[in-house]
Amino acid sequence: MEIKLTLNGKPLAASVRADTLLLDFVREHGCRSVKRGCETANCGLCTVLLDGTPVLSCSVLAARADGRAVQTLEGLQDEAADFVGFIADQGAEQCGFCNPGFVMNTIALLRENPDPTDDEIRAYLAGNLCRCSGYEGQLRGIRAYLDRKKEG
Amino acid sequence: MLSINQYIRAKSLDEAYELCQKKSTAVLGGMLWLKMQRRTVGTAVDLCDLGLDRIEETETAYRIGAMVPLRALETHEGLNALTRGAAADSVRHIVGVQFRNCATVGGSLYGRFGFSDVLTLFLALGATVELHRAGELALADFLALPRTTRDILVRVTVPKAPVKAVYLSQRNASTDFPVLTCALCAREGAYTCAVGARPMPAAAFGDEKGLLANGITEESARAFADDIASRCAFGGNRRAGADYRREICKVLVRRAALALEEG
Repeated sequence: MEIKLTLNGKPLAASVRADTLLLDFVREHGCRSVKRGCETANCGLCTVLLDGTPVLSCSVLAARADGRAVQTLEGLQDEAADFVGFIADQGAEQCGFCNPGFVMNTIALLRENPDPTDDEIRAYLAGNLCRCSGYEGQLRGIRAYLDRKKEG
Repeated sequence: MLSINQYIRAKSLDEAYELCQKKSTAVLGGMLWLKMQRRTVGTAVDLCDLGLDRIEETETAYRIGAMVPLRALETHEGLNALTRGAAADSVRHIVGVQFRNCATVGGSLYGRFGFSDVLTLFLALGATVELHRAGELALADFLALPRTTRDILVRVTVPKAPVKAVYLSQRNASTDFPVLTCALCAREGAYTCAVGARPMPAAAFGDEKGLLANGITEESARAFADDIASRCAFGGNRRAGADYRREICKVLVRRAALALEEG
């Protein structure tokens, strides 16, 4: 079947099978930041923004994205650049495999709530699993970014 | 692995209903559970173009479309004002924000999953569901329908009559499936307690013995909780045994009653 969507701001028309997952679709179109992790919708590695909303692309059909806007980290480099350095400063990127999912969901969090508390950050990022860091590093990094922003 | 031969976006509920009469057809909700199955779906019917992704407020009720994501229950101000935050409490432990943006109210209810948090809450709230062909019926009656029923769940309706509500659940680990769910509601002096993840689907109970009739105290809450636990059937699965669930039930119902009084 034919679908038309916007991927990272660029219109795209493609032929997909009825059961093609959005995860596979975006990877086939060069968005390799979107990772295949648990495949049980639990780890957050495959997070993309669908019409601006963070979803798990491992559980969304590409056909369902027809007519909609999909964003991956490849298209959000500038927005991510604001805070990823603060996460790296905390040594929280470690192996790096979970980072794109964390960054995508952090972008969604900060768009929705520009001044979250630590508990709100923890709650929003609960669907992003990291097997290296224990999560405190990511939290410290985001907190440092928010504190720096407040200081101007 | 899930295979789908054909994907159709229904243009009307009638079309979706006709398509879903075939056994090989599946109506898509959030796809989170469906995707975990090893099966071949002949036709996947998507309701995403039918405007069912909205929560409508009328003078008497909130009408929640089948395609409303669970995340919307968490963030909807009116619904959370009515339920004193119980709507948000019922979903905030479900995996993560991205998951709750995918999972739908219709998918959670139509599956009649034992682990469904929202089924437990809506049952206690006295919600009704609207099926395209069968019409509107109490959620409890919907639960009793044979699973072979092939209809389209259109929306769930929560009455706006003032209610006090508390939602609690027990999980072995944060974001995991619940070991037990509990929702307690008080409306016009009548109490309804729903207990789910038993691991069977939620069931609702009233306070027929009037244990809370003279007010909620530590003693009356304990008596009410013991009564609910004695009337509720429990089973075991990989997360917990029946006896453990019964003890947890006593704790959650007692805490819910006390929280209702404090709230």
